[in-house]
Amino acid sequence: MRRLLLLTAALALLAGPAAAVNPDEQLKDPALEQRAHELSKTLRCVVCQNQSIDDSDAALARDLRIILRERISAGDTDGQAIDYIVARYGSFVQLDPPMRLDTLALWFGPLVVLALGGIGAFVYMRGRSPAAAGALTAEEEAAAAEILKSDGAR
Amino acid sequence: MKRLLFILPVVGFLALLGVFFAGLGRDPRALPSVFIGKPLPAFATAPLRPGDTGLASTDFQKGEPALLNVFASWCGPCRVEHPVLMRLRQEGVVIHGLDWKEDAPAGLKWLTERGDPYVRAGNDPTGRTGIEFGVAGVPETFIIDKQGRVRYRHVGALTPEDWDQKIGPLMEQLRKES
Amino acid sequence: MLAEVGQFALILALLLALVQSAAPLWGAHRGDGVLMAVGRQAALLQAVFIVLAFGALAWSYVTCDFSVQLVAEHSHTTQPVAYRFAATWGSHEGSMLLWVLILAIYGAGVAFFGGTLRETLQARVLGVQGVIGAAFLGFLLFTSNPFLRLSPAPVEGTELNPLLQDPGLVFHPPLLYLGYVGFSVAFCFAVAALIEGRVDAAWARWVRPWVLAAWIPLTAGITLGSAWAYYELGWGGWWFWDPVENASLMPWLLGTALLHSALVLERRGALVSWTILLAILTFSLSLVGTFLVRSGILTSVHAFAVDPKRGVYILGILAVTTGLSLALYAWRAPAIRTGALFQPLSREGGVTLNNLFLTALTATVFLGTFSPVIIEMVNNDKISVGPPYYAKTFAPLAIPLLALVVFGPMLNWKKDEARKALVRLRIPLIVAGVVLAAALPFGGLKGIATAGGLALAAWLIVGSVWILGRRWWSGRAYLGRSILTTPRSIVGLVIAHAGLGLLTLGITGVTSWESDKVLNMKVGDSVAFAGRTLTLTDYALTEGPNYQAKSARFAVKGPPGAYDLRSEKRWFPSAQSQTTEAGIRVGPLGNLYVSIGEESDAGVIVRLWNHPLIVWIWIGGFAMAAGGAVSLSDRRLRVGAAIKTQPIAQPVPAE
Repeated sequence: MRRLLLLTAALALLAGPAAAVNPDEQLKDPALEQRAHELSKTLRCVVCQNQSIDDSDAALARDLRIILRERISAGDTDGQAIDYIVARYGSFVQLDPPMRLDTLALWFGPLVVLALGGIGAFVYMRGRSPAAAGALTAEEEAAAAEILKSDGAR
Repeated sequence: MKRLLFILPVVGFLALLGVFFAGLGRDPRALPSVFIGKPLPAFATAPLRPGDTGLASTDFQKGEPALLNVFASWCGPCRVEHPVLMRLRQEGVVIHGLDWKEDAPAGLKWLTERGDPYVRAGNDPTGRTGIEFGVAGVPETFIIDKQGRVRYRHVGALTPEDWDQKIGPLMEQLRKES
Repeated sequence: MLAEVGQFALILALLLALVQSAAPLWGAHRGDGVLMAVGRQAALLQAVFIVLAFGALAWSYVTCDFSVQLVAEHSHTTQPVAYRFAATWGSHEGSMLLWVLILAIYGAGVAFFGGTLRETLQARVLGVQGVIGAAFLGFLLFTSNPFLRLSPAPVEGTELNPLLQDPGLVFHPPLLYLGYVGFSVAFCFAVAALIEGRVDAAWARWVRPWVLAAWIPLTAGITLGSAWAYYELGWGGWWFWDPVENASLMPWLLGTALLHSALVLERRGALVSWTILLAILTFSLSLVGTFLVRSGILTSVHAFAVDPKRGVYILGILAVTTGLSLALYAWRAPAIRTGALFQPLSREGGVTLNNLFLTALTATVFLGTFSPVIIEMVNNDKISVGPPYYAKTFAPLAIPLLALVVFGPMLNWKKDEARKALVRLRIPLIVAGVVLAAALPFGGLKGIATAGGLALAAWLIVGSVWILGRRWWSGRAYLGRSILTTPRSIVGLVIAHAGLGLLTLGITGVTSWESDKVLNMKVGDSVAFAGRTLTLTDYALTEGPNYQAKSARFAVKGPPGAYDLRSEKRWFPSAQSQTTEAGIRVGPLGNLYVSIGEESDAGVIVRLWNHPLIVWIWIGGFAMAAGGAVSLSDRRLRVGAAIKTQPIAQPVPAE
């Protein structure tokens, strides 16, 4: 079956550059192909409306998929392969935003909101729990005792 | 203290309004080039015209600002900008062309039929050279300064308005630079 | 003629909305019953006229009146009738008309059903509603008139985008709008309460059904949208974190927080200012969503055509509505009497924690959606935020929340003890633990996430059903009666929370075990995939009512049994566009998804996906909506303050 696939792929390559045949782009090594597959899901198709290069039919998406696979086959790590494309198209192409000074708020914002909210809720609760209402003073105790003793006879 | 907490939402919202308002003017599809301020990556392409030497990155370090126009015969908007390029060529603007993602004969036919505004012209059949400097489609025009650095990237057809308002003045400025 | 009637009706509606804004607000201020009654009449009449206007546009669409510009742009004589009708809201102008229609109907609802409300409160609610209605009617009439004519009228129209010619279009937008716009009622109540300076349990009892009434269609609408994208777009995705999808998720998250907060406010009188803030923010997020879709500030597959003028107008509406209400909140909320006390470990505490997480989740989606805009403004660099970001931020926050969902209803009001709560939950805990232990051995690091997801799903489903179990067990002496008299609000809660568990199950299944394959096939070729064997038996040209197609038929062998799947590439000549229709075999254990691509000498490209458990995502979503509906049908929730049926005992005169 694999040989049939290879043959098909080879034949497809000869068909000419206009034939965007996707099985053709796939690498022979399944592990490398899987890596490439995962990585392409994190790269944006810059000529599409909100799709990754893995999902898109656009020609540029196909080119980038092929380049990505070439880099991985050449031995690049995931980071190096992505950097190769980012060096040419900018950080806009990464669907996984980089961790930089200006994206700190983006990455840590949710946790900060949770923490601030948690602190707020904690402060709110402490001020509101029945225990915080405080114990009765000695005077109040005495007054309460008297009322209870008098049995409501007034 | 409590008051402060209650004021937070409205203050935050006003800041957000400012962001939205500013955001209205921007084009979310615009793609700034990574190479702005940096030299064109080294490349060399096969000649488009027979007997020619093709287009290479060294062609942009000849001491004068130039346009790098990426085009293709299969591209509709390229048809629209072609007369503009011809006019600019007549006015003495240096334009080099890169025929993107098609075979040389097709690009040559285009130039023969419509006119040839390019000083140097190269053929990039696979599109790989264009990808080296971030081309996402055609037509695109890069403005390169005297030292071979990219100063601006224009996506889409180059209209007379684009030249008058943005690119023309920029080229003037680059010519005056040392 | 009809279009002019529609336009005139809109103008009248605008005038009525202006009356509805001014009269009741002034009347409530002065205690003038007549003016307040005018407000009610205006609301009812406004609804009548907008129904008329909407009817006029819809009729123009159905009868293919191409002299109306919108109809010419989105309809075609070969287009099936259902889609001609649904195209009424398939454009910016038409969808705004739908928005305004639903707003008016909700307003009329408050006017009609509000008999048991305090008159000044009802008047103020209608007054604020009138302001919003007027603002949007103005938007429609001045920037987005649906009734513009084309002269000369074309003989044939431009077809509706083929991707939209689907049953989904008939239901998805109306459901979503019922949700978005429905939250305006809670918003109006919140602002009215701030104006009055009073929030009490009666207010909460009145608001909660309306919040639920908005939450249910929004839940259903989002679920439907996901299912629609799955089978329509051809590559098997069910959620893309697209800005417009996020725009629907944010009001949903905050609306869920509002729902639970209003519950606490009604039962215990606690979380007052927080509930008011949530009511204001939820509808504000609906407005932000409207802004997002129509202003061109972000790209999206859902966005309507961009017009900066419209963007500015909506921004103006947003600024006035949210800005003024938040300013009012800053001014008046601190003075409103805060509610009852409660210990952290209590049902109120649980809801507070739930709100905290939901707010953090909303903030996450908000940051992800708008950071590109903000960062580009700040340092002129474009970044992109996509699914990988949300996987790292949204998921980790959602997981603790899902775990807490089971605890909440099991905790006592006001005060509870941890040990006792855990004892109450011992059965669900054991079941979840067993699932976790059973699933863990299967596969390394990723396996932990999968096992965790499955255990969480089991925890949610068993933990929710257990509420009923405990209740019926304690009433086991009269089991039949016990079951039959279970309050619907509790049944609704159980269905909704269990639905959340089904959703978790589906997400875990498809994220953990999804697989795909792509290859070239010629007629007669076979391929083995995910335990099934597919054979391409036929690949030919076919035709539909308004398209031509290349259709591939597959014979599939494998569990369960043998069946056929068909996938097509359709070409719509009048719209000049192509769609891919996938062949999907739906099953409780997983879907088989087949989609064909381009053809070449090597055959046709066939893409196969296996989506385990994915159908539970949508069953879960709809179950949540159903649970809400069951809860809403509980009369106790909808009747206002109890009407006295016992007369006060009269002193008996001495004989």
